[in-house]
Amino acid sequence: MATRTQFENSNEVGVFSLLTNAYCIVAVGGSENFYSVFEAELGDVIPIIHTTIAGTRIVGRMCVGNRRGLLVPAQTSDQELMHLRNCLPDSVRIQRVEERLSALGNVICCNDYVALVHPDIERETEELIADVLGVEVFRSTVSGNVLVGSYCSLSNQGGLVHPQTSVQDQEELSSLLQVPIVAGTVNRGSSVVGAGMVVNDWLAVAGLDTTAPELSVLESIFRLQDSNPEAISGNLRDTLIETYS
Amino acid sequence: MSNYTQLQPTEHGPIATVLCCHCGVPMDGSTGLVMCYDCIRLTVDITLGIPREANVSFCRNCERYLQPPGQWIKAELESRELLALCLKRLRGLSKVRLIDAAFIWTEPHSRRLRVKLTVQGEAMTNTIVQQNFEVEYIVIAMQCPDCAKSYTTNTWRATVQIRQKVHHKRTFLYLEQLILKHNAHTDTISIKENKDGLDFFYAQKNHAAKMLDFLNAVVPIKNKKSEELVSTDTQSGNSQYKFTYSVEIVPICRDDLVVLPKKLAQSLGNISQIVLCSKISNTIQFVDPNTLDKADLAPGIYWRNPFPCLVDSTQLVEFIILDVEPTGKTRGKWVLCDVTCARASDMGVNDHTFYVSSHLGSLLHPGDSAMGYFTSNSNFNSDLWDSVESGKLPDVVLVKKYYPRRTKKSKNREWKLKRMAKEHADIVANDETRSAKQDAERSERDYELFLQELEEDAELRQTINMYKSQKNPYGNVEEMEEDDEMEEDDDAPLIDIDELLDELDDMTLEG
Repeated sequence: MATRTQFENSNEVGVFSLLTNAYCIVAVGGSENFYSVFEAELGDVIPIIHTTIAGTRIVGRMCVGNRRGLLVPAQTSDQELMHLRNCLPDSVRIQRVEERLSALGNVICCNDYVALVHPDIERETEELIADVLGVEVFRSTVSGNVLVGSYCSLSNQGGLVHPQTSVQDQEELSSLLQVPIVAGTVNRGSSVVGAGMVVNDWLAVAGLDTTAPELSVLESIFRLQDSNPEAISGNLRDTLIETYS
Repeated sequence: MSNYTQLQPTEHGPIATVLCCHCGVPMDGSTGLVMCYDCIRLTVDITLGIPREANVSFCRNCERYLQPPGQWIKAELESRELLALCLKRLRGLSKVRLIDAAFIWTEPHSRRLRVKLTVQGEAMTNTIVQQNFEVEYIVIAMQCPDCAKSYTTNTWRATVQIRQKVHHKRTFLYLEQLILKHNAHTDTISIKENKDGLDFFYAQKNHAAKMLDFLNAVVPIKNKKSEELVSTDTQSGNSQYKFTYSVEIVPICRDDLVVLPKKLAQSLGNISQIVLCSKISNTIQFVDPNTLDKADLAPGIYWRNPFPCLVDSTQLVEFIILDVEPTGKTRGKWVLCDVTCARASDMGVNDHTFYVSSHLGSLLHPGDSAMGYFTSNSNFNSDLWDSVESGKLPDVVLVKKYYPRRTKKSKNREWKLKRMAKEHADIVANDETRSAKQDAERSERDYELFLQELEEDAELRQTINMYKSQKNPYGNVEEMEEDDEMEEDDDAPLIDIDELLDELDDMTLEG
């Protein structure tokens, strides 16, 4: 399932939210429209947490996480940390990271098994990522961009990278991450795919400007199509014929 | 995943790595484009800042276009100049690169100009897009300052007032044609018709002086210059004047009978006192019909001691030639002869005949008609005439051969003359008064006489431009020849078609 939404007239969904398989973090906005989109899709399945990180709304860029853990920057206040701890499931570890590159969402991109990180990230941070998130960490770039978190969007099923990534780079990343990788855009041609959308194993949320071809790329690379034409012709056909005969 | 099979490297061209974000067509992502070229062309409008409608100002009177801020330029429809003017009027064209521009044909009366433009511009980063579009210009008719000035009274700086104190307009009709032929009227602001003459108005003094030079070269005149102070600046010593040139043309016309003062006649080679005026150029030319003596009188000498003409051509009467005896003396086109003639009005009434000598020997034959002055029954109120010894006074002076015409002929002329646009001094919209009607009739008659004179005199014709008349189709001439009533008309001189000019100015479109 892939949907479109916007946060207070901004298409950069990945800036204002963080979506993993175990929880979802959403920025505190002026209205609840943005939150409602996530609640409608995820309401009974995983907790959706309203919070700020270090007093900002750009929660998706400040923190990074997967189903095992959550890393927040050192500027995160104690109250925010407390609130997050209270809302997150017990199985999720939460950890503050003392890192010079404090916008963790921009410098780290991960799924439940692997993480791509900024080449200049500190050694301690790299160890923390591997420890807290339980992933293999690779220092890498995406088509020459060091901000891997901004230019790459990753789930356990696949990954979307910056449109200028060459076929060779895509193959390298694909073999590194062990998921299929495709180059593409969101939000009508925006190449900042990491900041423009959020994705987990069954849901992708992109900006309102995202076109149908872009959405179909998302659905196919992240395997989100739950009712593809084959499903109708295969599984539902017999039922339909029985019903209307 | 099934969608992605098509993203495999293609055989030809660059490898497609991304889908166009707009239409989903596979394309090479390494160029930095996220949209295919077609989609960019569809979605991006580089001509956004360029208006599709604009105005150009056009002066209806002088047919010039306004090039802002204040220049008026002459430009044909669909010309390069007009295109340049149109493109300059278009704002926002500097942001794109102009590749091509051309006019699309529009009806001239529609007051619309349509221009097709091709421009190139950068649509996104390093993407050049070429786009075609049309701009419609509305031609707004207005009056340019020059024309406005010409319609306003009292804007002239100099005027030339031409006067001739005679009862007919023959000299002015001829002068009009001369002016037209030599384009001497190009600088005039306006031309006004006045009693006994014309006023020419000029914006600059030297234009008037040029006109004066022209007049000096073609007609016998005297002129007087006067100036009126308009304003003066005591600080700088600059003054503004209006200049008036009063030009008087010698009141003697062709075919007039003149009695020269005795002293003048003696100084002109002892010519006879009673002479005919044979030609008017910048001098007055006289011929003595009795001896074929010729004399040229310069206007300067005339004006030192002016004298009026005795009778003018309005008082010509018709004579029937009964007999012609050439004496053998010739001078140029003149042939001296002795003629026996009788008044046309006397024919069948009495047997009065006159035996006169005439210079028209080459033209006259027995049975012809000729126009002449019948002096023996006239009572001239002239001292000069009275001072001539009675033995030297002629009874009849024949002036020219007479060609009888049907009135219809004038309407079927195969040639015409250009006229100048004149305004009358007293503009009355519907002048139905008797005097106005008489004036109109008189000027029409004068013009008709002038045209006839042109037909009869090849020498006169050479000095002016004549044009083919378009209202007269060729067939008409033959019809006239077959007509029995037209017999007498065969005499009348016809103008050879080779002498006529094609009219270029007002060619009409005929489908």
